[in-house]
Amino acid sequence: MSLFLWPWPSSLFVALGVPTLHDTIQLDEAGMVQALQRGDESVFSAVMEEYSGSLLRLAMSFVPSRAVAEEVVQETWMGVLEGIGRFEGRSSFKTWLFRILTNRAKTRGIREKRYVPFGLPGSDSDGDDGPSLEDSLFVPEGSGEGHWADPPQGWEADTPERALLSKECRLAIEEAISGLPDNQRQVITLRDVEGVSAEEICNILSISETNQRVLLHRARTKVRRVLDPYVRGGKK
Amino acid sequence: MEKNFKQQLMGYMAGNFTCKEVAQLITEYLEGSFSLSQRVRFQMHIGLCLACRNYLRQMKYTVATLGQLPAEPVPPEVKEALMNRFRTWKKEQSSQGSPADSQKPS
Ligand SMILES: [Zn+2]
Repeated sequence: MSLFLWPWPSSLFVALGVPTLHDTIQLDEAGMVQALQRGDESVFSAVMEEYSGSLLRLAMSFVPSRAVAEEVVQETWMGVLEGIGRFEGRSSFKTWLFRILTNRAKTRGIREKRYVPFGLPGSDSDGDDGPSLEDSLFVPEGSGEGHWADPPQGWEADTPERALLSKECRLAIEEAISGLPDNQRQVITLRDVEGVSAEEICNILSISETNQRVLLHRARTKVRRVLDPYVRGGKK
Repeated sequence: MEKNFKQQLMGYMAGNFTCKEVAQLITEYLEGSFSLSQRVRFQMHIGLCLACRNYLRQMKYTVATLGQLPAEPVPPEVKEALMNRFRTWKKEQSSQGSPADSQKPS
């Protein structure tokens, strides 16, 4: 029987709380999947707590409003329940989850007239922002051409954790992300905020590795620029 | 003058990666998609150029900061609705006898 497939009693999760669940999932994803397949309510509750914030963040990059994004998250979990019986662990659970969300969000985004599939006219397919994002950072012509216009300074003043304690700084980053073209926003959210591997992102979003890196580079370059005034030594 | 000399030295030693190229290629470098020789050229430039070294650190800092962003808060009503839908699903599953029951040998 299934008694020993799931080595931790469900009540333990509740007792340990959400943060430790993440580590436990890493330890034994197969056990978690089996518990979901059995319909273990406390495991579902804990997994849903763990991932819904990430799903919501990603959903918001596909659809025009937070309310619609919340609906997409709900639909995603319904998709998980429908599909969990067939989940074979060929990808990680998280990748599978993000892929379900992406499919639902794309369908929803098309209905809401926001999401345009990659490669179609008007889709901003590589998130192109003109010739080079770096142009503005360098001296354009004459003597000094190719030199940094404003040489980057050290940012050692604070750790990222400390920088994020400033609400202004955090809001500035969130705004910078939400202001990105959708596909850049999706890639930076998955890669840097959620820590998904480049290979898995290509799988989730159905894009090439080169395209993934181009989008990531543009997105990171813009976020770095927004962050600069907040973490420059001496300035605030 | 000194800058020109340094620039020349870097051009000679670092296989002509300019500062702008370093900025343009920084994600390729960080994502590990460089060939060995590109990596060496990049690192040589970084070793000689403080501005690019700072830029690289800033990029790493940016990535680390993004990784520390707090989770998007999910409203309790949404979670409640989800748990209700879960219970409905489970009831349907057990009345159909699968897959919630699929642990028994077939
Ligand atoms: Zn340089």
